[in-house]
Amino acid sequence: MVPPMSTAQSLLFRGSELACRRGGRLVFSHLGFTLEPGGALLLLGPNGSGKSSLLRVLAGLLRPCAGQLDWNGQSLADDPEAHAARTHYLGHHDAIKPVLSVAEAVRFWARLHRSDTAEADRAADAAIDRFGLGHLADMPGRMLSAGQKRRVNLARLLAAPCPLWLMDEPTTALDRASIAVLETVLAEHRAGGGMVVLSTHADIVLPDAAILTLDRFAPAPEGLS
Amino acid sequence: MTRFFEVVRRDLRLALRQGSDSVMVVTFFILTVILFPFGLGPETNLLERVSPGVLMVTALLASMLSLDRLFQADYEDGSLELLAMSPMPLELAVAAKMLAHWLTTGLPLIVVAPVLAVLLHLPADGFAPLLAAMVLGTPVLSLIGGIGAALVLGARRGGVLLSLLILPLYIPVLIFSVGAIDAAIQGLEAGPHLLILGGILIASLALSPWVAAAALRQAVE
Repeated sequence: MVPPMSTAQSLLFRGSELACRRGGRLVFSHLGFTLEPGGALLLLGPNGSGKSSLLRVLAGLLRPCAGQLDWNGQSLADDPEAHAARTHYLGHHDAIKPVLSVAEAVRFWARLHRSDTAEADRAADAAIDRFGLGHLADMPGRMLSAGQKRRVNLARLLAAPCPLWLMDEPTTALDRASIAVLETVLAEHRAGGGMVVLSTHADIVLPDAAILTLDRFAPAPEGLS
Repeated sequence: MTRFFEVVRRDLRLALRQGSDSVMVVTFFILTVILFPFGLGPETNLLERVSPGVLMVTALLASMLSLDRLFQADYEDGSLELLAMSPMPLELAVAAKMLAHWLTTGLPLIVVAPVLAVLLHLPADGFAPLLAAMVLGTPVLSLIGGIGAALVLGARRGGVLLSLLILPLYIPVLIFSVGAIDAAIQGLEAGPHLLILGGILIASLALSPWVAAAALRQAVE
């Protein structure tokens, strides 16, 4: 189960000597990081440098070909389901169904994460309001713009508390005002002891974030060394 | 368990709002069965003889029609990754999706089958075993079919590949359900055939969600 946020002070999310191979090509190797409660990790690097792959590795969706990931001293590979329960992953796709309304979509994901249905619905509605989608709550997914879909996906993270947020270019398609809301939400999440790993090409204010530049971990071109 | 039903409810809601899948499956079933009297001629004896096989083969093909969409839509829009990352085990989510598939395709087929059986002059003794075989057999189609749907995820022309993979696995279901109906028509016991069908159902119920979930984990990598 998700540990309560108040005891999160002792938590530590750490990776060491990580390597990832995609389609036979080594994307990065010898990559390490440490993330403490309230901490943030900003992933930078050109296209194809492995930002998305690293986020998928951290989410447990992709297995690293070498290296070790542990949460509070316990290896992630030992209990992948516990890791899934404490992690929110936001990828390139927004998981919006054309025929489900905004409220139905967010409530569904909230209910999967919370055992109390009524509470999940309340949290989902609050999250929808937070991202300025209150007037669109009954709108089916096919009528939404790209930015609105992205905001629905972001509302999903707020609707169920998870200590670790993994976000792959969350600012894509968002307007300036929504990015400001996202920055506030991220700050609140971190103030509550949450952790954030975020990749971006755009400017986003993430105070005191550790910066991980992925092209530093790219393997040396073969044949040159 | 509430999470399990949450996924079932979502899939049912999606199926009801999109509507086309169930209607398409049932319409295909009805139209194909109706073709047989035209092709074979209206002789009662002949139709009586072939009706159990025609009904089961057609039901089996019809239930395959909507199978390739079972995980495809969730895979394409990213929902599958999020399901894999939800606190519920992926196996349970897969089982829920298979149940929803059965409720939207298998169940309508069971409802229509007796009507079509009248059309094909199925002898009166065959109706009860026909229903029993459909009730035991169609869930197997959704369960085993779900494995195939998970395996062909991301492949080009997945629908065709899926039929090639899954049809051979449907043969036992076909043999024993037709066997049950034939036995009853000839005044023999249908029970043993139905028991074997039940056994197949229980075995696939125990295995399919795990196999399909393993295939899905490969697909989302």
